[in-house]
Amino acid sequence: MKISNGIGLMGRTRALEAEIDQFHDLLSQSALIFKSAIYTYLEEGCSSDFEDKLQQVNKFESTCDGLRRTIETQLYTQTLIPESRGDVLGLIENLDHILGFFEGTLWGLSIEKPDIPTEFHEGYRNLTEMGGEAVESMVLASRAFFRNIDSVGDHSHKVLFFEKEADKISTRLKAAIFDSKLDLAHKMHLKHFVEQIDNAADWAEDVADRLAIYVIKRTF
Amino acid sequence: MDVTILLFLTSGLFLGWALGANDAANVFGTAVGTRMVRFTTAAIICSIFVVLGAVVSGAGAAHTLGKLGAINALPGSFMAAFSAGLSVYLMTVARVPVSTSQAIVGAIIGWNLFSNNLTDQSALIKIMTTWLACPILAAVIAMGLFKIVTGILNNTKMHLLRTDAYTRIGLILAGAFGSYSLGANNIANVMGVFVNSSPFTEFSVGNLFTVSSVQQLFLVGALAIAVGVFTYSKRVMLTVGGDLLPLSPVAAWVVVISHSIVLFLFASQGLEAFLASHDLPTIPLVPVSSSQAVVGAVMGIAIIKGGRGIRWRVLGGIGMGWIVTPVIAGTVCFIGLFFLQNVFDQKVYERVPYQLSTPVIERLKQDGVDTAPLANLARNDYDSEKDMDTALSGLSGLSEKAHQSVLKYTRVNHLVISSAFFSELPTDYLSAEQISAVKQLEGQSFQHFWMLSEKLASMSPAWKSLPKTKVNKSFNKHLKNQLAVVQRLFHLPK
Repeated sequence: MKISNGIGLMGRTRALEAEIDQFHDLLSQSALIFKSAIYTYLEEGCSSDFEDKLQQVNKFESTCDGLRRTIETQLYTQTLIPESRGDVLGLIENLDHILGFFEGTLWGLSIEKPDIPTEFHEGYRNLTEMGGEAVESMVLASRAFFRNIDSVGDHSHKVLFFEKEADKISTRLKAAIFDSKLDLAHKMHLKHFVEQIDNAADWAEDVADRLAIYVIKRTF
Repeated sequence: MDVTILLFLTSGLFLGWALGANDAANVFGTAVGTRMVRFTTAAIICSIFVVLGAVVSGAGAAHTLGKLGAINALPGSFMAAFSAGLSVYLMTVARVPVSTSQAIVGAIIGWNLFSNNLTDQSALIKIMTTWLACPILAAVIAMGLFKIVTGILNNTKMHLLRTDAYTRIGLILAGAFGSYSLGANNIANVMGVFVNSSPFTEFSVGNLFTVSSVQQLFLVGALAIAVGVFTYSKRVMLTVGGDLLPLSPVAAWVVVISHSIVLFLFASQGLEAFLASHDLPTIPLVPVSSSQAVVGAVMGIAIIKGGRGIRWRVLGGIGMGWIVTPVIAGTVCFIGLFFLQNVFDQKVYERVPYQLSTPVIERLKQDGVDTAPLANLARNDYDSEKDMDTALSGLSGLSEKAHQSVLKYTRVNHLVISSAFFSELPTDYLSAEQISAVKQLEGQSFQHFWMLSEKLASMSPAWKSLPKTKVNKSFNKHLKNQLAVVQRLFHLPK
């Protein structure tokens, strides 16, 4: 009984490891697709290419939701990692939130179809770039939490850096929008999407701060 | 089936239950306390392996009665086992991990005081040494092992979940092997004294295998231990696994392994014999206790973490428990024996007289003892070891070594080698040569035990002890146990 339980435990552990890795992979891919979708929207508007990317992010978000629930259920029913379980589940849930931001922003673009003047395209691109880098660094930090805890800090500090850069770009972009001759409603609409895109980097920074605490708590 | 025997058996079952309730924490306490293994899972695994250890390995020690074998009357053993069990039970209620062996020694000291037998001072010194030496050794080993293990884990960069899985498997394996040892090492203490009075009869299962009376007895004792594990062990498990110091799963494993290493390195005569036989330096044997080793290992982890998180009040309670356990057992035993003897009219001890006869004096002279100071004592019979000791203490010019020799040789054990008991000579424990030598003494009687052992040694090399070296220690101890079996069989009165 004990030997078969041991084998079963190792098999289930490997499967769960794979699910967590898959979660990170999907999050990372979502960030890349989000970036690509924003660039596509800026160039082509709500084209079929943009809609495809939206659907892809939508699908990844649903898959990640399912993975999150599976991971939570398995951690609790098999009483795995009792010391770190709460922290791991918090981390997974917070990362899942980031996907929600991506999906929400793309749906907003698809539904509201904001008219973004060409002069602001570079600002939006740079902001998206920084947001994507922040999320990518966050994914690396999260992976390191599971496999190489000493290098979490190496990635977390980059999250903070990219978030700060995103904040700067966001502020400059909003200033430029409100300095322009667009009407107020248009300005507010554009500002809304600046903040939507910036949310992902902000949330990534929050997760990085919490991850730093999880690392301190997780000692042998 | 004698109902009295069944009644006396209950004290062994109670002791077994108390042992299971308290000592299961030594093997699964940290695993359950850190929530790596559910209590029910731990209890099931512990119970299975305790039973296996008791029946498979423990039965091999059936002829060693355990510590309670020092008591020469079954009602006395009953009270000693009950007292030890009660003492351990009280400590379990207080959630304190204590040594069951030390409780038994405390009870035996109570019996010694009641029966006017001397208590070997070394037994008391041994207990006190264990209180200090054992936790310190375990702490040192735990500190070293923790450093090594965490260093390896930090370098291998294993996935968090995989580390958790390996740690869990490690805790289960360590707990299972520890439970096996618990059963094997303790069943003689719990049931050993009832071996000769076992109410069970051997039976065969078809032509497949036979279950001996001893195995059935030990199975019952092991089941009592298992019931103790299931019903009452969680309290002490949580003390060891979390109340004393919050432990991580890896630290929990280090604690269990460190405790096993201490028991193996410092209490294994087999290891000592192996090292000595290969001309390697031996590790000195130190009296160790499983419960105290576990607490010491936890403290070692605490030290390496900078002393943070230790609950000093819990530690103080545990320390007090160690001191109080043998005291309670001894006191309860003493009072209980009084009631058993005077109220229930039970013979709680057999009077063992001491006599300085002519053969004894000759034997002492052979050992180089100056027997002149003993001249006045030769005319007297002494009712107990204490009376003999008091008489000897009043003499001047008698060295401590001579004093001990006189006590040893003057003890009267009437032995008659009767053929009526030849069939009871255990063929699985004595060699054919040994049994043959005993049978050649048919009809002979001996006043003192040493007379029988020296006669047998002169008749057959199978009964001769080897020179006192570390290599021969295990053999000589086994020979001593074999002689004790013969002594019990042919001792009068029956």
